[in-house]
Formats: sequence, C-alpha cells, structure tokens
Amino acid sequence: MAVNLLKDKGTPLDRQHFTWKDLVHPPISKMNVDAFTRVRIILMNGIESEALRFQHSCARMNKGLQVPLAQVRRKEQHQQTLVNWLLPADQSPLETTIGYEQVAIEVTASLAQNEPDPYVAQVLRFGLLEDFDHLYRYSALLDRLQGIDANTITQGYTDIVPGRPTVDEHRAPEDDLREHYNKQTAQPLTKLNALTIMAGEHQTHDYYMHYGPWFADPVARQLYAEIASIEEQHVTQYESIIDPTESWAEKWLLHEATEVYNYYSCMTHEEHPRIKAIWERFLDYELGHLQFVMEVFKQADRRDPAEVLPASLPEPIAYKSHREFVRQVLNDEVNLRADGTRFVDKSREPERSLTYRQQLNADGSPSNTVAAGWQWAPGGELAARRGIKEAA
Amino acid sequence: MKPPSSMGMNRTGVDMSPDLVEEMIRGTQAVAMAREATTTKTLSDYRSAYLQDAEPIGTVPMPGTLKGAAKAGVQKLMGRHAEVLIDKLGARLAFERTGIRLYDALLAKCMIRTDEAGDVPLDDLRQFRDAEARHMALVWDAMRELGADPTAVTPMADTNAVASIGLMQIISDPRMSVSQSIHAIHVAELADHDGWELLIKLAGQLGQDDMADRFKSALTEEERHLTTIRRLTERICLTEAGV
Repeated sequence: MAVNLLKDKGTPLDRQHFTWKDLVHPPISKMNVDAFTRVRIILMNGIESEALRFQHSCARMNKGLQVPLAQVRRKEQHQQTLVNWLLPADQSPLETTIGYEQVAIEVTASLAQNEPDPYVAQVLRFGLLEDFDHLYRYSALLDRLQGIDANTITQGYTDIVPGRPTVDEHRAPEDDLREHYNKQTAQPLTKLNALTIMAGEHQTHDYYMHYGPWFADPVARQLYAEIASIEEQHVTQYESIIDPTESWAEKWLLHEATEVYNYYSCMTHEEHPRIKAIWERFLDYELGHLQFVMEVFKQADRRDPAEVLPASLPEPIAYKSHREFVRQVLNDEVNLRADGTRFVDKSREPERSLTYRQQLNADGSPSNTVAAGWQWAPGGELAARRGIKEAA
Repeated sequence: MKPPSSMGMNRTGVDMSPDLVEEMIRGTQAVAMAREATTTKTLSDYRSAYLQDAEPIGTVPMPGTLKGAAKAGVQKLMGRHAEVLIDKLGARLAFERTGIRLYDALLAKCMIRTDEAGDVPLDDLRQFRDAEARHMALVWDAMRELGADPTAVTPMADTNAVASIGLMQIISDPRMSVSQSIHAIHVAELADHDGWELLIKLAGQLGQDDMADRFKSALTEEERHLTTIRRLTERICLTEAGV
C-alpha cells in the first residue's frame, strides 16, 4: 500500500480510542517470535517515547501550541503503552537489552545504507560500530552472569563480536557534536533517518538508566553505567545532526512524518498477523496526527506543509540481517575517532578525549573485564568446545 | 490453549537458523584475535572490592515493645542471639503471607483453565492455602511474644521475597500453564518445608520449647503440602507425556 503523506487522512484524532484492555494486548512469545518482530516493537516504543519527549518540550516553550499538543500527546502515550506492553514478562531486562542492541545495529545499518547525505551516513556508521560492540559486551555479561546465550534473542541475524571497543568510546563532550543537515537542502529521508536514530538511542539510554540499578551484580551495574554513558553521547551526536533552526511546528510535523514512516516500515515487513494489525492501525492513527499537525503548522508558520514533507514515503527501513554491511564497516572504520565534528584516525584523536577517557577508566573498564577472553559460541561459553565442534 | 510441551516454532536454538549461525561462527573465528584479554583486571577483582566493602542489605529490627520482656521466653533469649530467631521468624511470616497469594493465584488459574487442571486436587490446594494463613498467624503471635514487630521486613524475609519474585511471575502470567504454575508452587513448598524445619531447630536451641512445639504442627502440614505437590507434579508430567 502506497502512502501519500499530504493527502491520506488516516484515522481522525477523535476516533482514536483505547480501553485499558485494549492497551494491554497479549505479549509476544520470547521464544517463538522472529527476532525482527521484537526489534520493531522495541524501536516503535522508542519512536513513541520521542514523540512524547518532543511534544512536552514543545509545550513548555510554546503556550499557543499546548492544547493541540496535549490532544495528540495523549494518543501517543497510549500508543506507546500498547506497543511496549507487547514485550513479555519472561524476557528479562538483560535479554531485552540484547534486543535493544540488535535494534541499534540492524536499524542503524539499514538507515546508513539508505542515507543520501554522505556525512550523515558516516555519522550513522560511526555510531553503529559502537552499538555493535555493546551487543558483544552485554552478551558476555548474559553468558557469564546467567549462563544464557544471547543468540537465543538475536537468532543468528547479528554477529556477536567486538566492534569499536567500548572502553575507547568515551569522548570529551565537544567530540560528540556533529554538523547538522540543512533544513532547506536536506532530503526528507535524511530528516526521517535523523529523528528515527535519535529516538532509538534516547530510549536506549533511558532503558539502561532505568534498569542499571535493577542488577545486583557490581559488574553488571558498572557495565550499565558505562554503556548508558555512551548512549548519552550518542543522543548528543544524533540530536546535533538535526537542523536546530527548524521551527517548533516544523519539528512537530517531521516527528509525525517519522512516526508514519516507521509504522509503515514495520507494517511492510511484519509477518506476525496480530502484530501487523497493530502496525496497520497505528499507521492510520499517525496519518491522522499528521493531518492534524499540518493544520497546526499552516496556522503557526503560515507555510504549506508540502514545503517540508514529500508526498510519498521513501523505501521502508529494511528489517533484515545487515551482516555483510556491518562487517565491511567494521573492517574499514573501526579505527575512526572524532575530532570535533570530523572523523579522524585514532592516531589523531584529540588530547581532550584521551584525557577524559583515561580519567573515567582509571579504576578499570567494566566493558573490557566482562568480555575478557570471551567469544560467542552456540550455547554459550561453557558449551563452547562442544557447540563449535558440532557446527563445524 | 495448547499444552506447554507442544511442538512449535521455537526460534531460540541454532538449529532453527543453521545457515545464519554458520556465518556467525565464521565471523566469530575471523576476529578471534580480539578476544585476547585486554585487561588484567578480572571479574573477581571487580566483585571483590564490592564484596569487601558491602554494607548489609538491612538489619533485624529492634524489638518495638518491651511489654514482653519480662516473659519467660524472652528471658531465655537474654545474652543469646535473639536477632537470628527474629530474622528467621520474619522470614517465615513473609513467606507464608506470599504463599497465600501464590495459592490464591494458582487456584484462580485452575478455576479458569479447567481443561488443564483436571488432575489438580482443588480442595487440597484450598486447604493448603488456608494452612499457610494459619501458619502466618502462628508466626505473627510468636513474634509478638518476643516483643518483635511482625510488620517489619527482616533481612531474611527480604531474601525470601527476592527469591520468590520469579514464582509469582510464573503463576500470575496467563501464558504460563497450570503445570508450569504447579512447578512454581513446588519450588515454594520445598523451601517452605525446609524453612520450618530450620526454624523449629533454632527455636528449640534457643530455649523456645513451647514455640517449637507449636511450630511442629505447622511442619506436619507442610510435609503434606510438599508430598502432595511433588506427586501432583509427577502425575501431570507423566500425563502430558501420555504414560
């Protein structure tokens, strides 16, 4: 089904209803569901979470927009609830974390390959290699703390090997900022990609901040503290690629378009019938929001939404294994570091980041320690010899 | 609902995606160099500092009332580690209280999922639930006799609460079957039974003979719970296996 962002009416706001029962659908099966269904659920929770975060910020700065923002935001909050509550109770916070990192790898890889702006694509690849390493570190933790193989969550789609070492990802704040796209010249897909990745990374940061204290083990607590700090850097990076001169109404419009694009992408790939129906329903809801916000935009900015939005959507996000692309990026760019907004070889990394990192790692590196000598093997480290032998 | 052991599209194992996993293994071996240890600090090193410096998870509450201090049982505890008994009493009390909720949830599930609960002796479960309630009252009164506060969370009660989180997660999850929920009750009853044995021994050693005698009646009932649930677990499993 083709979507026309400017014309499709979707479900009008006043016909978007929920009940408590409707908000709490039966969750997915951790064991039986395809990993990409979990990936989509996690990402869409992040997209809705960003919708709320943005709309609250906007309300705090724009008295005149508070009523329409409150109206749309209530729907977004209920949508986020329905989506996030699809995760099952038997999926532990650490297993869910593995899912979060799979999102960060496979979704970022898809965005990076489709991104038309070479610099933004480079930024995405830079972040990709760091989240790739997080999957490896958390997988080591899951194996060494609980004896669980992370591949029971990732299902073979995603390599579990080191990326840019987490210990080297800690940078001075100045080296996390990037150049922003130009709102006048950037292609719509660049704007959608930027909002998508920012939403995903922000919810990842919030998730680790929420669940870090849930762990009893000191190494787990330190690892969550360390990787949450990197996710904060990633939020800093990704929000800085967005043109800060866009008006509030323009940003709202783009947020709604991003939600449409993401639900459309989910709907396109989803094979789980019950979950697909949710994506279809919420695609219609978001089209309804977009129509509503287009009117707000016309009044607030006195501009035509067609100046900002394309009529048709770009190719959907590719929910599939991007193993070869990730390996290529790993091979080519693992030694890149940041110098301000530029990417440089690690031999030219600024002193400020080296000093910052040295200080943070002074008492040791939890990410190094947790994975020291660890290698993924079917069934986990304890079964390594047997699993590799069987697979050979 | 399908029986829990029915075959289906479980995707967690490597045999479900042999080609993908083969690629993963190839990729893992290609970067095997990276697994050379990059740090001299071990996981044990990390944990040891915290283990050495850790504060206790909590302390046993001081008796809140001195009214009972003159009683014979309290006198016998003078100069001995009364806090150990109070801690274990608090643990038993909390466990019994949670046990009532576990049985309530299990009974509710069995009442709805009658197709799965054919082998489950519901009257026995109701009796067990009521017994847990009596045991709770028994421990409550025993704590009051010692001047201890039965509403407080003692460290061992907290330990039991942490250990029990998974049990309630199983029984309260609608997707978990009756037999999976019975497994959770089985685990609870195993711990409960041994908890009572230990408590009786401790109370007796600390001169609380009356208390220990009263607790023995609870242990007799707990033995019946455990035996019944153990046999039920076995029967359900064999029925599912068609033998």
